[in-house]
Amino acid sequence: MQRPYEIIIGLEVHVQLLTQSKLFCSCSTEFGAPPNTQTCPICIGMPGVLPMMNRRAFELGLKTACALQCEIARFTKWDRKNYYYPDLPKNYQISQYDLPLGRNGYLEIRSPETGQSKRIGIIRVHLEEDAGKSMHDERAGKADSRIDLNRCGVPLLEIVTKPDLRTPAEAKIFLQELKLLLNYLDVSDCNMQEGSLRVDANINIGVNTPEGPIPTPIVEVKNMNSFRAVERALTYEAERQYQEFLETGRRLGQVPKQTRGWDEEAELTRPQRTKEESSDYRYFPEPDLVPVVVSEAEIERIRTSLGELPQLLRERLETTYGITPYDSDVLVSQGRALVQYFERVATLCGEGKLAANWVQQEVLRFLNEHQVSLDAFPLPPERLAELLIMVRDRKLDTRRGREVLARMLSTGESAEEAVASLGFVDVGDAEIEKICRLVIAQNPKTVADVKAGKIKAVGGLVGQAKKINPHVDPAKVREMCLRLIEETA
Amino acid sequence: MDLASLTASELAQWLCRGEIGAEEVTRAFVARVKQYEPAVGAFLTFDPEKALEQAAEVDRRRREGKPVGPLAGLPVAIKDNICTTDWKTTCASKILANFRPPFDATVVCRLRAGDAVLVGKTNMDEFAMGGSTELSAFKVTRNPWDLSRVPGGSSGGAAAAVAAGMVPLSVGSDTGGSIRQPAALCGVTGLKPTYGRVSRFGLVAFASSLDQIGPLARTAEDVALLLEVLAGHDPLDATSANREVPPYRELIQQPLPTIRLGLLVDQLGEGVDTDVAQAIREAVKVFANLGVEVKEVRLLHHRLAVACYYIIATSEASSNLARYDGVHYGYRCDEHRMEEQLAEERRRWAEKGPSSVAEEPDPPMVRLYRKTRAEGFGAEVKRRIMLGTYALSAGYYEAYYLHAAKVRRLIREEYDRTFQEVSALIGPVTPTGAFAIGEKIQDPLAMYLFDAFTVGANLAGIAAVSIPCGQTREGLPVGLHLQGPPFAEPLLLQLAYWFQRETDWHRRRPTLPAPDKPAL
Repeated sequence: MQRPYEIIIGLEVHVQLLTQSKLFCSCSTEFGAPPNTQTCPICIGMPGVLPMMNRRAFELGLKTACALQCEIARFTKWDRKNYYYPDLPKNYQISQYDLPLGRNGYLEIRSPETGQSKRIGIIRVHLEEDAGKSMHDERAGKADSRIDLNRCGVPLLEIVTKPDLRTPAEAKIFLQELKLLLNYLDVSDCNMQEGSLRVDANINIGVNTPEGPIPTPIVEVKNMNSFRAVERALTYEAERQYQEFLETGRRLGQVPKQTRGWDEEAELTRPQRTKEESSDYRYFPEPDLVPVVVSEAEIERIRTSLGELPQLLRERLETTYGITPYDSDVLVSQGRALVQYFERVATLCGEGKLAANWVQQEVLRFLNEHQVSLDAFPLPPERLAELLIMVRDRKLDTRRGREVLARMLSTGESAEEAVASLGFVDVGDAEIEKICRLVIAQNPKTVADVKAGKIKAVGGLVGQAKKINPHVDPAKVREMCLRLIEETA
Repeated sequence: MDLASLTASELAQWLCRGEIGAEEVTRAFVARVKQYEPAVGAFLTFDPEKALEQAAEVDRRRREGKPVGPLAGLPVAIKDNICTTDWKTTCASKILANFRPPFDATVVCRLRAGDAVLVGKTNMDEFAMGGSTELSAFKVTRNPWDLSRVPGGSSGGAAAAVAAGMVPLSVGSDTGGSIRQPAALCGVTGLKPTYGRVSRFGLVAFASSLDQIGPLARTAEDVALLLEVLAGHDPLDATSANREVPPYRELIQQPLPTIRLGLLVDQLGEGVDTDVAQAIREAVKVFANLGVEVKEVRLLHHRLAVACYYIIATSEASSNLARYDGVHYGYRCDEHRMEEQLAEERRRWAEKGPSSVAEEPDPPMVRLYRKTRAEGFGAEVKRRIMLGTYALSAGYYEAYYLHAAKVRRLIREEYDRTFQEVSALIGPVTPTGAFAIGEKIQDPLAMYLFDAFTVGANLAGIAAVSIPCGQTREGLPVGLHLQGPPFAEPLLLQLAYWFQRETDWHRRRPTLPAPDKPAL
């Protein structure tokens, strides 16, 4: 579908880092504890306290910035962002302003439309502390607000993209790829329900006109609680901006930036109450913390510790095992453990495509059905490979292979044992030829049909053969019958 | 024998030899406080019971032959901006009038570990913002040398308590001179350690990059004794120096090395009381007699120090004091009245019709902040918050904060260069002796200028000490300012120690009204 406008999207992602303790004190970061039980004088900013930097959080930040191909600042400092809100007890947030730990990076995604790779620029990556959570209860006219400070001081990584995304679908793909990357890095669990990944988007459109595109005012969209919501909200918002442009003709610069919130149920964005004047955060260097100097050696150590990341991993799987981009995508998106499992199976059975099919269909089905992770899968890769070798060598057809696998999973038998238990016999090629010759001789009519070009008719012969010996591989019988008929022609 | 007339080091020896007990010592000082506190007003919290308990514990441990710390049995007063679990920590502000911290400051832990007898909390200017202790929200502290005059500030209570013999040792904080200036005006010895030498954890922040906790006492030796306990690395303070604490007491008694001092001649001229200048020149002679070479030097950037200081300090303060908002702890305005008032304003606003959008009354949350802070802070604190907020605002940041940060660097570099030529600098701490209560209260700028000689050391983060070196014609103490490079505490205290061996200014005591006479 050709839209009458181009969409321009930039994302601002906040990711909670997987640290045991908060960014500037030793309180636990665990989710779901009763309100205000994971706090101390430091994170609630009591008079006299000082922050202590969590080295681990800084390292996770560096790791991410490296994986996003950012330029790493050799010298970074902390800054205070001043604003008043009850969930921010110090009334300033410790963040990084003019010297973020990473800048000018990118993340490569595959565009859903073209299948082409595309680099999405990363403007900056910086660390900051999270605020607490306000819960507003406004029933019966009596406004009652409660504040939970458990989250206050939890380390957050802010990742800001360039406005390089051109469709809502692309924004979603970017987020999926980012999440996958952060999972591979063990930096964050990116759980949107628990708030460990939060996304805001800046979006406007360029309306096509003969004089060139006219940009509409930029809108910041908030309150999107899933990747799907991001896609839907942005699709809605782009179209809303187009309609608004048609009605008002307003373009970029004519109105101040607006903030709108996505209403999941109503499936629309609504203007959010914005502060009357634009806020002035009065950033200045945080005097309670010392600047952090990052050495070349440290950056090198982190770069080498990153491991193989999704983008390159997919490419390697495709070239090494001859699998399709679709297959590599499915496997890689399941995480490093499954990829390793696949690689072991593929290497042992010598057929990448076969291994990819079985891992995707059978292994993943089992994991989904049982809602377990790979370490709970009963078959080590060696066992699965034994089965796949039989399938590869056509000692078992796919259907029987699945039956064997099911038995292996339920009884713990090896592939060979399961085949025996099921009474499956491998019918040798000579025996198959004998049976085929027999059914050809007994069914001249069918043979004549085949010869006349009705290839489908050979199915009748396969059926006859199976009656004679139920263990024959139907594919092999079909092949053999056709060859023999051709020879007699 | 009046125990309260002895120095901490003398008391420590007597205690160590078992000639007196900690309880006896504590009782003697408690008696002094009871006698003179009504006239002087040095304390915001004074807790003789808790003090005597600690003293009894020290005596018990000593009797049982258990080891005791270097301050065992010595009464110590703590400035009320240093967190203590035992007592409220008010910063002499209404906004923290009932605040009792859930933790002890690192220095308080160290004092406890050193077996000091903590007697209470001393008065100060609200949030350490001021130089006269008149800006306390609770009481005025008077200078023991002349009860109609200020003790200086902001550690005015700390200095007055030592001067009046109410404690031998006292802990203050110095952001722009707040230890040295009251020490000078009260005729006691006070040290601002190098930035990072003493942990700031538990010191309620005024200006984080300038604040430093330090000791006040009668003599350099006593200051050294207390500094040995206060100083040291603290993992809870990222700006604390990971550097060994030298044995100050031992080092300062070593013979003076051959060194050269720099006399800050610009601080002896215009605007400086001739008696003060004279006292400093006399002090120079004392050093000359000790074989120390004194050379005249000038710090050109010093004329910018006060302006630079008041931008940096107020900027940091505007952010540090943002947390006092009535939401989580401390003073909160009367919510009921606030809501009623707001409802009334809303009603009147609604009557005006839609033309007055801009005049819409605050949301309740904003009003809570505004009213709490308007009622909780004193005028000087508000003035500084406003100055700092302005200096950090978009469009002004470069011209004020950033500019001041650059000047600060120039000041530091000039000190560095100067310390290549001379080992330490000498000059006056203040341009005059103690001024009268109320004299400068209407003139904040005059009050700010009184800090001209002391703020440089804070901006540069260097060590500086104030020692008594004379008196004005009115009989008011004059303080000698010794400034040295970072971590030059041993040298500065050594100079002070030898100066005090040659002079008796530090031994002179104010004549306080007899206890039976009504206090002023």
